[in-house]
Amino acid sequence: MLSININKTLHGSSGEMDLDINIKIKEHDFVALTGESGSGKTTLLRTLAGLDDAKGKILLGNDVWLDSKINLAVQKRQIGFVFQDYALFENMNVEENLLFINKDKDLASKLLNITELSALKKRAVTTLSGGQKQRISLCRALMNRPKLLLMDEPLSALDPKMREKLQNEILILHKEFKTTTIMVSHDPSEIYKLSNRVIVLNKGKVINDGSPKDVLLKTTGSAKFSFEGKLLEIIKADVIYIAVISIGQQIVEVAVSQEEMKNLTIGNTVNLSTKAFTPNIK
Amino acid sequence: MFDTLLSMNYEPFFLSFKLASITTFILFVLSIPLAWFLSQTSSKSKPMLEALTALPIVLPPSVIGFYILIALSQNSPIGSFFENTFGIKLVFNFTSLVIASCFYSLPFMVQPLQAGFENINKNILEASYIGGKSRFETLFKVALPNIKPAILTAIVVTFAHTVGEFGVVLMVGGSIPGETKVASVAIYEMVEIMDYSLAHRYSAIMLTMSFLVLLSVYIFNAKHKNKFAGIH
Repeated sequence: MLSININKTLHGSSGEMDLDINIKIKEHDFVALTGESGSGKTTLLRTLAGLDDAKGKILLGNDVWLDSKINLAVQKRQIGFVFQDYALFENMNVEENLLFINKDKDLASKLLNITELSALKKRAVTTLSGGQKQRISLCRALMNRPKLLLMDEPLSALDPKMREKLQNEILILHKEFKTTTIMVSHDPSEIYKLSNRVIVLNKGKVINDGSPKDVLLKTTGSAKFSFEGKLLEIIKADVIYIAVISIGQQIVEVAVSQEEMKNLTIGNTVNLSTKAFTPNIK
Repeated sequence: MFDTLLSMNYEPFFLSFKLASITTFILFVLSIPLAWFLSQTSSKSKPMLEALTALPIVLPPSVIGFYILIALSQNSPIGSFFENTFGIKLVFNFTSLVIASCFYSLPFMVQPLQAGFENINKNILEASYIGGKSRFETLFKVALPNIKPAILTAIVVTFAHTVGEFGVVLMVGGSIPGETKVASVAIYEMVEIMDYSLAHRYSAIMLTMSFLVLLSVYIFNAKHKNKFAGIH
């Protein structure tokens, strides 16, 4: 069990803000941490890692990482951390990046096998693609056999295909190494696929906490399905109006009446749902 | 042409290079911890230390020379301590040149190293700490190997700057042949006694060597940049 009860004043872009978190995370859980930028996600990860200071308590099992007297050094927390920008040691080749953390050659080759990087182990890391770099970073984070694995938007710089491949590898490694994993992510499909718990932060506070299904599914009442999108434009067409909405990677048009239109503001997030009808899915 | 070059007295040049080599070595060792500290700290002492380190850039060499002369002379506590304890005089000899050069060239070593350390992606250093590595091990195995161009620049500029110093050397060391008469001082003396042909030759040698040294640094740095700008 990882119990976190911390308080910290942040000086963000929108002025001062209190990061106030009180949560408990079960062993071997895969927690997705999400929320708008500036809500304190990265600071929470950094505080857990021991890179940032905070007031309060952090306990992993019976080990005290932070309380009023103790602030365990980052070197002694034995965690794994994956940065968005990989943060590889550019003066070392692929294998050396792993062995620098821990001289366990068997573990290194096992990790490189799982991530299909064995053939590249002598390559300079500067010559690799983003996806390859992030896999090395992931392998490196596991070289200490950490109990806690922290990932700060590990896949957001990668293209969708590479993302999916890495999601699978992350899941395999999470199970194989039995880590408690906390991952910052903005991608609902990624969160749904990987995590068993979602924590949503806003302005430094937890505003939603539950299973991915409960937190991510936007359907309410008798709606059969529902999408969240952004209203881009309203076009007048004869007596009705056409609302242009962007949902995910797609743009859709929906007819709206003049009455409905009055409540809509261009640029706002809207919820598009439908009841009684049978959709055709091909 | 070659005869005149061969018959020339190269001692001032050897002295200049000996002084520059020793100064560069001492400053390299001392500046790594200082530059590392300055690059990593957010303490209130940082601007103070940075200003002190940068002073030799703006101060007239005569001011530095004057203070060093006062500080190291037999009448000062430091000077008299060394003279009484070790029997070493600290002024008007080669030792005094090394001490003076270390002060004079300090910013030329510290500033490129500090800039190099500051340009390293902070996450790389943190990845090393998270991996359980101490600050010391991170400095030597991660930070330094990743700032090779900055190290080369620091070493070469410090070396070249020490070879090129004149005012401080003259004030602290005088012009004792084989002891403190370095190339720049020798040229000054030649001009004073109006031996222009020798002054020309010495100056041309200095100019050519300085240019070649700087050129090779820029070539190396350009190559290094291209190497890291490879496929991403």
